[in-house]
Amino acid sequence: MTPVIEARGLGKVHGSGEAEVVALRDVDLDLDHGEFLAVTGPSGCGKSTLLNLLGGLDRPTTGEISLHGERIDDAGEARRARLRRSELGYVFQFFNLIDNLTVADNVELPALLAGVPTREARRRAARLLERLGLAETAGRVPGSLSGGQQQRVAIARALVNRPSVLLADEPTGNLDSAAAREVVSVLRERSEEGQAIVLVTHDLRVASAAHRVLRMRDGAVVGEADLEGEAASGEALSRVLPLEG
Amino acid sequence: MRHAVLALLADEPAHGYEIKRGLEERFGTVIAPLNAGQVYTTLQRLQRDELVTDDAVAQRGRPDKRVYRLTEAGREALHEWLGAPSAPTRLRDDFFMKLVLAHGMGLADPAELIARQRAAYLRSLGELERVLAAGGADGTTALVVEGAALHLEADLKWLDRCEEELTR
Repeated sequence: MTPVIEARGLGKVHGSGEAEVVALRDVDLDLDHGEFLAVTGPSGCGKSTLLNLLGGLDRPTTGEISLHGERIDDAGEARRARLRRSELGYVFQFFNLIDNLTVADNVELPALLAGVPTREARRRAARLLERLGLAETAGRVPGSLSGGQQQRVAIARALVNRPSVLLADEPTGNLDSAAAREVVSVLRERSEEGQAIVLVTHDLRVASAAHRVLRMRDGAVVGEADLEGEAASGEALSRVLPLEG
Repeated sequence: MRHAVLALLADEPAHGYEIKRGLEERFGTVIAPLNAGQVYTTLQRLQRDELVTDDAVAQRGRPDKRVYRLTEAGREALHEWLGAPSAPTRLRDDFFMKLVLAHGMGLADPAELIARQRAAYLRSLGELERVLAAGGADGTTALVVEGAALHLEADLKWLDRCEEELTR
């Protein structure tokens, strides 16, 4: 099956001549249907640049990106805008919710902007909020919710147009560890429902929820770990504390 | 396990099964399941070292039940253990052995060993995070899981350092 995203030889250079900075060099990446991929590395390693290229927020200097087998890196502005609206969902460190709209309206908005009829948009928003455990917050304003809840609303908003890929850039960066776990659990559940996800994070505890983890350094992918390779032991707890004679 | 058994006898005498159950109640899911043999072996050794002693309690129609209690020396040993700082946790020496031997003797590719070890640590970390996320650990159990997760994070950082040193 064609991967959801296929990137070959991706590179990004900022500036030119003496001031040239290589942000990304020769990155290949395949994302399969329903795959949950984490990209980790220290700040400045190029992981956010990679995500921005995959999401069409920025153009690569070299290389190609295909979505469902179709090139998108050379798309014109109109097509890129359409892709960003309907094929790609974004979540960032900051929730960027609109504070004077209700939670339900926040989630509905991108669907309305994409031309989905009002009733259908409302139905989708209600269903997503239900699935993400947020049904009771639908009529409230974002400011009255906890950080973890607000980020889950942002995830619901990112999913309302049924994107092929959910792109998340440090989605737990602004949350305490309990709220971070809430958000990671939601991502994991979505991936179990078949949603393809690319998660950028410097936090390995967050990355460990993914199926596969890429490590980046100095703009290049330097390693890959497959976390699905061996069956999980299921004895995580009982091996934590060895009692010795 | 010796000191845990001494601690369980601190309040009142108990028989082997009660000690096993006490350990399971306190440490439940974070220790591997105990078998009765382990507990009895430990009790025998403690008795040999005169840290516990036992009284036989007659039971109707069954062999006498052995009820263990702390000796004065046992109580001292328990308090000495409680009062002394524990040795810091060290590296997983088994992996370090593999790495040094693979590197120094060309027996295996250190980069591959590190990559496999990293994936194993990440999988373990993922399991622990899921336990915490599912609320499967509370109170002291959550603390011990948190401790294990922090150790794994340190192990992962250390692998990065090994990689820098040994695979360039």
